Amino acid sequence: MPRLSYRRALTRALADELARDDAVFLLGEDIQVGASMVTTGLARRFGADRVRDTPLSEQAFTSFATGAALAGLRPVIEFQIPSLLFLVFEQIVNHAHKFPLMTGGQCAVPVTYLVPDSGSRTGWAGQHSDHPYSLFAHVGVVTVVPATPADAYGLLVTAIRHDDPVVVFAPAAAMDVRDDVDDLVPVPLGRGRIHRFGDDVTVVAVGHLVHDALAVAEELADQVSVEVFDPRTLYPFDIDGLTESVARTGRLVVLDDGNRSCGIAAEIIASVVERVRLLAPPRRVTRPDGAVLPFAPALDRAVQPGRDQLATAIHLTMKDGS
Amino acid sequence: MTDADPVRLYRTVRLIRRFEERAVELVHGGQIVGGIHPYLGQEGIAAGVCAALGADDVVAGTHRGHGHVLARGADPARMLAELCGRVTGLNAGRGGSMHAADFSLGVLGANAIVGASGAIITGAVWGRRRQGRDTVGVSFFGDGAVNEGMLLEAFNLAALWRVPVLFVCENNGYATTMPIAGAVAGSIAGRAAAFGIPAARVDGQDPETVRAAAAAAVDRMRAGGGPELIEARTYRFDAHHTFEHAVRLDYRPPDEVTRGRARDPVRIQGERLPDADRAAVDAEVEATLDAAVRFALDSPRPDPADALAYLYASGLTGRTGGG
Ligand SMILES: Cc1ncc(C[n+]2csc(CCOP(=O)(O)OP(=O)(O)O)c2C)c(N)n1
Ligand SMILES: [Mg+2]
Repeated sequence: MPRLSYRRALTRALADELARDDAVFLLGEDIQVGASMVTTGLARRFGADRVRDTPLSEQAFTSFATGAALAGLRPVIEFQIPSLLFLVFEQIVNHAHKFPLMTGGQCAVPVTYLVPDSGSRTGWAGQHSDHPYSLFAHVGVVTVVPATPADAYGLLVTAIRHDDPVVVFAPAAAMDVRDDVDDLVPVPLGRGRIHRFGDDVTVVAVGHLVHDALAVAEELADQVSVEVFDPRTLYPFDIDGLTESVARTGRLVVLDDGNRSCGIAAEIIASVVERVRLLAPPRRVTRPDGAVLPFAPALDRAVQPGRDQLATAIHLTMKDGS
Repeated sequence: MTDADPVRLYRTVRLIRRFEERAVELVHGGQIVGGIHPYLGQEGIAAGVCAALGADDVVAGTHRGHGHVLARGADPARMLAELCGRVTGLNAGRGGSMHAADFSLGVLGANAIVGASGAIITGAVWGRRRQGRDTVGVSFFGDGAVNEGMLLEAFNLAALWRVPVLFVCENNGYATTMPIAGAVAGSIAGRAAAFGIPAARVDGQDPETVRAAAAAAVDRMRAGGGPELIEARTYRFDAHHTFEHAVRLDYRPPDEVTRGRARDPVRIQGERLPDADRAAVDAEVEATLDAAVRFALDSPRPDPADALAYLYASGLTGRTGGG
């Protein structure tokens, strides 16, 4: 079984889609040499016309992609920094996302926004460390946060083939994860994945935090049986899959690298308690309200949701319910 | 490809003029909710520019966008139905005045975000040309848009990648109530020059002048040239938006308004026609609009159960909002 890193899985997905469909092309900053080490080798293989380096004009090239999509192409934009999404929130939400409805179904805008190394990169501080996936789920833009190499491949391929805009977050903390992967296949949107079965509590973990959740589950294995649910897609969300899990375990903890207020953890909890009577109040482990990631490594870590916090939340929900 | 027929040019300005006057009446009558940004006084620009385009070209407009859609040949009845929020509208009643679009005619939509159309049209033209088509595009925007960063970024991108986009600035002297002198440092043409984009300043009240300038630019672009800019000086005859009909705002001196309205593109073009020809066009336009108003007002309203139809091209559906 070949071992594949998450980062290379993204490269493979881009290469496969560029090879499969002439309508696909890439746009971004420093992507020809592959500064993110995601687009490595693609310009040489597919040419500078399909792997296009852009000037530092995020707003223009984001809407350029919208226009190209209206003309029938399938652009993929790589953003160098997750915080750049704030610059182009306007272009994505007001234009790419709204065009199909506003035109009464006259068009489609199949653009993929790929954000490699999202979240904390350790030491990159306030303007490079955001994880704004909840914002896109809130406005209804398809939002995926794969945790594993196979899902990174499969969800990026699906995103590119999807007829609406999709934001793909590839968390920095997952980029070096390696896995044995035998078949690389498209992964459907809106379908979660249970990485570990358990009886006592369902932990929903987003993106790279899936790996933290699995580690904590293992640590606590002799005390509590933890199920780890990876939604993979935040919008649309696999609420049926999660409901099935929580209906079995009766307890819910959500691990989310977004800010607390109005974050995806809040939405996940609300969606579950609308459907399931829990044995104990649900818990969430998130970044604090309004967090800006501070520079010093200990502070950066302190603001991100951690394994200790997750273990505590699991213990509390077990105690509450007994 | 250019349509230099003075009668057809007159018909277009006349159609837009009377369409807008009818639409204002429908706003006052409550049949159009939310009001409109009337294109009155600026008809010569949409008409002149679109007369220089071919069937495979694309345009994108502004909040003051009815003229661009009509000048591309959209059905006035379906356009009016759209303003009235009817299912028979161009956008099935989902867009309204500020988002009217007709993709079958290359009208990628009016757009209510000032300065947004430049980058979208640049990508659309680039995308079509990449598929072997000979498309050129037009981005219409007002004088207010020239201070929007995303438009200036689009100038750069179009020039850098030599995408044949005609940037048409409809300089009516005001962004809502803000006079150009209070908003624009340097000049509009100077912004184009900074990116190596050729710019022409033309009298936007003369449809023939606009058509000739646009046709020359389109010819150069089709011959392999990069983007160009036309600054068409014009005057808005009516309110920024019909809300001003109820709330009088004091920002344009009355004598300026009188002078501005004296240069009327519909009259200027009309005087180029024999009286009988003009009268025939006027009668035909009136009959067309009578039928359009009837069509719009007789058309069914959309079913609230389908309020979010078309939200996703992929067919995705979200949860409903109820408890
Ligand atoms: C980005 C943006 N800012 C503000 C507005 C609100 N607004 C709508 S039209 C307008 C004035 C635009 O002026 P101009 O571009 O000169 O066009 P005109 O109305 O004169 O045709 C403003 C401020 C908007 N729609 N979009
Ligand atoms: Mg103006």
